[in-house]
Amino acid sequence: MAFALDLDRLLAGGLLLMSFLLLYQDRLGSLIDLFAFQALLLALAVSWQAHLQDAPHLLIAASLALIVKSLIIPGALRRIIARLGIRNEIETALSVPQSLLLGLALTALALITTARLTPAAAALAREDVAFALAVVLLGLLIMVGRRNAIAQVVGFMSLENGLVLAASGARGMPLVVEISTALAVLISLIVTGVFIFRIRERFDTVDVAALEPHQGERG
Amino acid sequence: MSALAFPALGLAALLWLTAAMLGAIASPRRGRSLVYGLSALGAFLGVFAGLGVLFQGAVLTQSLPLGLPGARSLLRLDALSGFFLAVVDGGGVFASLAALSLEDAEPRRVSPFFPLFLGAMSLTLLAADSYTFLLGWEGMSVASWALVVAEPRREGTVEAGYVYLMMASAGTLALLAAFVLLGIGGRLAPPPLAPGAGALALALTLVTLGTTSKAGLVPLHVWLPLAHPAAPSQVSALMSGVMTKVAVYAFLRLVFDVILPTGAAPINALAGAIILLGVLSALHGVLSALMQHDLKRLLAFHTVENIGIIFLGIGFALLFEKSVPAAAALALAAALFHVLNHALFKTLLFLGAGVVRESAGSADMEKLGGLIHRAPRLAFAFLIGTMAISALPPLNGFVSEWLAFQAMLQTPRLGSSPLALLGPLAAAALALAAALAAACFVKAYGITFLGRARSPRAGAVVEAGRAALAALFGLAALCVIFGILPGPVLRALGPVVTGRLGSAGVPQVSLSAGLSVSPIPGAPPHYAGLALGFALAIFMLLPALLLRRRGAPPRRGPAWDCGFPDPSPATQYSAGGFAAPIRRVFGPLVFAARERVEMPPPGALTPAHFEVRLRDLVWEGIYRPPIRLVLALADRLNPLQFLTVRRYLGIVFGLLAALLLVVALWT
Repeated sequence: MAFALDLDRLLAGGLLLMSFLLLYQDRLGSLIDLFAFQALLLALAVSWQAHLQDAPHLLIAASLALIVKSLIIPGALRRIIARLGIRNEIETALSVPQSLLLGLALTALALITTARLTPAAAALAREDVAFALAVVLLGLLIMVGRRNAIAQVVGFMSLENGLVLAASGARGMPLVVEISTALAVLISLIVTGVFIFRIRERFDTVDVAALEPHQGERG
Repeated sequence: MSALAFPALGLAALLWLTAAMLGAIASPRRGRSLVYGLSALGAFLGVFAGLGVLFQGAVLTQSLPLGLPGARSLLRLDALSGFFLAVVDGGGVFASLAALSLEDAEPRRVSPFFPLFLGAMSLTLLAADSYTFLLGWEGMSVASWALVVAEPRREGTVEAGYVYLMMASAGTLALLAAFVLLGIGGRLAPPPLAPGAGALALALTLVTLGTTSKAGLVPLHVWLPLAHPAAPSQVSALMSGVMTKVAVYAFLRLVFDVILPTGAAPINALAGAIILLGVLSALHGVLSALMQHDLKRLLAFHTVENIGIIFLGIGFALLFEKSVPAAAALALAAALFHVLNHALFKTLLFLGAGVVRESAGSADMEKLGGLIHRAPRLAFAFLIGTMAISALPPLNGFVSEWLAFQAMLQTPRLGSSPLALLGPLAAAALALAAALAAACFVKAYGITFLGRARSPRAGAVVEAGRAALAALFGLAALCVIFGILPGPVLRALGPVVTGRLGSAGVPQVSLSAGLSVSPIPGAPPHYAGLALGFALAIFMLLPALLLRRRGAPPRRGPAWDCGFPDPSPATQYSAGGFAAPIRRVFGPLVFAARERVEMPPPGALTPAHFEVRLRDLVWEGIYRPPIRLVLALADRLNPLQFLTVRRYLGIVFGLLAALLLVVALWT
């Protein structure tokens, strides 16, 4: 059992580590590579959970993560970048030390909150939830800290990875939830993809700051 | 007869629904008479059902397979709802009848909602469970709102509708919260488990707020003088004459039948508050009415006054309820009688004002005058109404106000309670209000109907249509009959009063030989309406007839012109001028009135100026501060609409982090 726990921790921790790497990455190419790797880790973590909980339906979720998130979405993002000829550098709103420190604080917050809220739950589920919450918070921080639309999409996807991790750790979560989340993510990718193309067409950049003068009448 | 009550009401509902549908689809011209005809028929059936139950003393219940899933709507018809049903639908009969000879500016906006309004009011009176009650209550509000904004092009209508909708929704919300607090679980009956004293007091406050905001009691009356005049006149008559009575019914039902039986309600505090609010309403209503120059607005303010008088009666019934049951019964009977009377004469006056407004093109008194020459029948019916509302004997208004006085004068029987002071205070206020009301209606009648026309259109008015005259004279006749023969009415009110105050409070309004009423059995004050009527008939009508027969024929000559031949009609007494003495006395205190007079020196060619500014202190004191606060907050929060995408994300993110932090630190 100790090995089972250790492997689970390793995979969840790997997910969190990927989030930290995503947090300070300022190249679009490596950002997408890291995201694909995070999705791969997620697929492994979910399959391990499927084995541990003896819940074969989790394997479907794992394969969804593998196919959609680590193959289709990164591929699509790379194609967008290639077609639009977007520069590889990402303009960040927060400096690297700032974002790392904030990320540390958020991780601590996630751990403390989970520890306080779930004293009665099983250790495995608790740690998974704590890691997942940290991944969600870091995903949000990535979205807030980047001006680039593609980086924001990646932040959103990595936030969603955290959600799936939390869902797989909880016993008895129906498959419908995971499948519908995966679908929602796919749809949001399509929407944002179209959106990015349109921004690009109009404003010749994917910096969301270019949208701000067009927000309509100001009070 | 009472076995037929529910079938009759079912038929009425069917008629009203048909009328509403016809109003929506039929051509305005032909559909209109059909809509009002069916409405009148339905209302007549309602009166029949109400009176049947009232006179037979039966309590009928009926459950309908409608309403919330898994629950049935319960209807109940007892003496209280029967009485109010007769009053409300009686008003409906006359208003529908008069509407046949009125015109609507936009009939499509009125016809579908008028029958629905009648139906919703009747449903509220019949409801025995809180869901049906709130359905009827809110339906009544929404239908009447649609009718208030039926003429959106008229100035101020949309604003009136907005204020009305706000107040009505707030009132419904208060009632809903009260039902939840009381835990009556769907039935309008005493809660099975009495709530705690705090919850009960809060529920009582909410019930009072919710019902008095609909009734138009100060300080929740602000919508009333805006909304009632804005509606088409047959709707104004219904809103002022009978919709306010539905609110009185709701107060009586919820306070006397639901809250008081729990035995723990702070009844003396409630009585004191109701009496004070009643005094304020009566005085504020009549003084504001005196300052109005628009006939319909004036009448609307008088509704505030009369609702104040009705609540004064209810307040004294609450005050006497424990210790002096006989006086409580007297006060409640007076209040209920005034409900009936006000419904009669206010419907009459509003319908008359509607005829005037339509015929003369305006209800502004400064543009009217001399209508009695062109529309003598309308003028006569209106005169009866003004006399009744001014509480002149032998008309019905006098009887109920006199009974209310008698009840107030019973306060010494309370012993040395400090609450006994309320009696003389309220009696003095009521006397003042009655006198001011008389002054107000001398003004309203004199300026509108007497003198000479102040505008060309006022000089070209025509007599009211046949249906309107039938309605006006029907109402006027009831005003006279109930004034001369109050006994049968009071006897019919007996079961309503005993139902509220228990068998100990058998109404002590005794009738000797059915002709005179004495509030305290065997004690001196008597009101012999019939004898008074006869005496007046003999001493006034007989000489008039004799003079007409024997005396010289009446001569018509030019009015005395004060030595200035051919003066302009503008030199007549104006409505503002008539009210000036009273404005001088009460204006500075009640309205913070400011007068500005600019008299040019002799020889100067500039015209003289006179300007009066009246302020609505209730609005400025109670309503304006929260409105300002909301607007200021809205201004502050407005920039939130124009943040960048990242800022919005940042706000969500920050909130989430703060929430987690709170959870982490506090648990």
